[in-house]
Amino acid sequence: MEYNVMITGVGGQGSVLASRIVANAAMFAGYEVRTSDTIGMAQRGGSVISHVRFGDCIASPLIANGNVDILLGFELAEAVRGLKMLKPDGMAVVNEQVIVPPSVYAGISEYHEAEIKDFLEATVPHLHLFNAVQIARQAGHWKSTNIVLIGALSQIEDFPLNSDQLLESIIQTVPAKMKELNERAFRMGIRHMEELKNGHK
Amino acid sequence: MQKQLLMGNEAIARGAVEAGVEVVTAYPGTPSSEIFSTLAKFAKQYNYQAEWSSNEKVALEVAAGAAYTGARCMVTMKQVGLNVAADPLMTLAYIGVKGGMVLAVADDPGPHSSQNEQDTRAFAKFAKLPVFDPSSPQEAKDMTKYAFGLSEELELPVFIRPTTRICHGCADVTLETIPDPDKRPKHTFEKDPKWAIMPKLSYEKHKWLSLQQEKMREIFNGLSFNRIESGNEIGIVASGLSYQYVKDALNALEIPATVLKIGTPYPLPDRPVKEFFNKVNKVLIIEEQDPVVEEQMIQLAFAQGFRISISGKLDGIVPREGEFNVDKVMKMIQRFLGTAEGEETSISLPPLPVRQPALCAGCPHRASFFAFKEAAKGLDAVFTGDIGCYTLGVTAPLQALDTCLCMGAGITMAAGLNKVEPKRSQVAFIGDSTFFHTGIPGLINCVYNKANITIVVLDNDTTAMTGYQPHPGLNVNAVGEQTIGISIPAIVKACGVEFLEIVDPNDFEKAKKVACAAMAYDGLAVVIMKAPCIKIKREKKMFSVKADLCTNCQICIKKLGCPSLFVSNGKVQVDETCTGCGLCTYVCPQNAIQEVVQDGI
Repeated sequence: MEYNVMITGVGGQGSVLASRIVANAAMFAGYEVRTSDTIGMAQRGGSVISHVRFGDCIASPLIANGNVDILLGFELAEAVRGLKMLKPDGMAVVNEQVIVPPSVYAGISEYHEAEIKDFLEATVPHLHLFNAVQIARQAGHWKSTNIVLIGALSQIEDFPLNSDQLLESIIQTVPAKMKELNERAFRMGIRHMEELKNGHK
Repeated sequence: MQKQLLMGNEAIARGAVEAGVEVVTAYPGTPSSEIFSTLAKFAKQYNYQAEWSSNEKVALEVAAGAAYTGARCMVTMKQVGLNVAADPLMTLAYIGVKGGMVLAVADDPGPHSSQNEQDTRAFAKFAKLPVFDPSSPQEAKDMTKYAFGLSEELELPVFIRPTTRICHGCADVTLETIPDPDKRPKHTFEKDPKWAIMPKLSYEKHKWLSLQQEKMREIFNGLSFNRIESGNEIGIVASGLSYQYVKDALNALEIPATVLKIGTPYPLPDRPVKEFFNKVNKVLIIEEQDPVVEEQMIQLAFAQGFRISISGKLDGIVPREGEFNVDKVMKMIQRFLGTAEGEETSISLPPLPVRQPALCAGCPHRASFFAFKEAAKGLDAVFTGDIGCYTLGVTAPLQALDTCLCMGAGITMAAGLNKVEPKRSQVAFIGDSTFFHTGIPGLINCVYNKANITIVVLDNDTTAMTGYQPHPGLNVNAVGEQTIGISIPAIVKACGVEFLEIVDPNDFEKAKKVACAAMAYDGLAVVIMKAPCIKIKREKKMFSVKADLCTNCQICIKKLGCPSLFVSNGKVQVDETCTGCGLCTYVCPQNAIQEVVQDGI
């Protein structure tokens, strides 16, 4: 067994914490774990990528092209940036939030939101695109967006880690005073996916 | 045995604690910083000394002094920090140590957060010191722990060189016991002429150091960090993390090659290499950065009369630049074997926005840069930069910095520019931690050699870029004890600077006036821009844009590049990441940006 999760986002959105939470849960579940995070200069608002690999025998901390089972996208354009790595039948759980970088206003690049969104929907057959930051705000703070997304991740069919393992990992990883907020955000992420499933029936 | 999810840097720290480390010194630098941060956190619990030193040279010398007594020491830094510490290092290799001394020096192939891609393994070879190259966080811990004993056996400092993907990657790591600090032997410095280097002693010690090379090699011959994994007659050699990429690549390509894993790239163990040469009929060497293993293997093959073809960097199959991954390594192996390289199956993406790192919302450096940019309007001034968060002042739209070279070079290079263009304005920006690191000698040089420049110290009370470490300007040290912080203004005055102003950059109009006065001053001017890093201390304020006043001119966004400002429905808006610095209110021609009256956040 080998399972590869890739997290893409913007520095400051909490992808490093999310990577640790998934990795820790995988270790509780008895798997070998390897991760690689973007730490350093890129954390100041740059594009960030985390690789989380777990399974029976894992070598490289980086996922090879086309081997990502689940892409966890924290921002619309950053999710699309990670698509090259996704398996042809891979899943994506994506926060549809758009964060326009200063380069766009400086006229150096452009952010074609509609085109990017259409591309994502057309390319990924198993896509869960939703407004996670809105749910995080309802949970109490926009900064819990990463935990809402982990809640959603736990509901993906055949995802090898269950919600109890992930919640236990969240509680162990986040600062004490943030536990309540994050547990709420996690449960709201789960509820969103359940509502989506029921809605589709 | 207990397992814990550890980042590679935490694993190295754990290895040092399991080895009974007694003194730890460091200067922060990505990707190495968390080795020391972790050690500082546990210093009281396991009773060892830990200090953020003022620079890497200082860190190495403090540790060397402690190691002369017999205490076990660790020094941590990034690869370019080793250049600063090179002076003591090169001679310490002659003198040697008594207590085990491990230098954890992190390399940054890519590079992700560095000025260059220099290879610490090559530096170790230059210094004639042994180096470990870990392939995983677990191995990083095991090697670190082992290195202390090795250092004592050889009486030499020993390197461990993790790369970014080891430092900042997590893995399940098996923990071992930590020795009781109370059972440590007492150490004392024993007077002996061997501790004072003199030319005659230097010659003798150089001969000894040369002999130690063969002793190291013999020890490394017996270590399982170096091993052969037998397969067919195709031979692949991998040093450090490249071993993991090679494993995944061979697996994906279904090639049962024989793999020689190297964990000690210098000195290269000769026994496993000879055994490997006898098993295979051609060799590809995969290592990031310099051909350190490759050159030693070619030398060995030639000297020992092995007639075997060796590929790698020297014949262009393996690049010297950038970092590797499984896909790149697969291509290297395919090129080596002359088989077709895999088709690029990756999809073509729609155009995506460029997303470079930027100064945080509310970062006081933005206000400092903007004040000087406004003050320098029409002056064609040159702004020299330095190493820290404020290096991000280079990026659009601020584009406030014209140079960046290395720690401390902002001040000194401005002085050099001033020698050739004395009529032009030069403004040097330097952070507080960098000022203590290597800025002070530059300041002294400016005064003594009459540089007519402006020096701006961006004093935000922390070493922000590397993770908010304290520095000598603060009243608290690495382990949280109260201490005497050194006053930057007092140093500036003591150096004889006549123009000194201290101003809060968030008080923008005043900051701009000070900037104008400093640049107009005939002689060396020093401005200290004093405001705490927004990640440490922030105002409980937020701003918003009055939609009826905003004309969507976007001057605020285009001038400042603040990540909290965005455009929606034809109006500029402020998002929830606003930290309330209020700089945008100074640039809005319509006065449309106003403070939000909040009820009790």
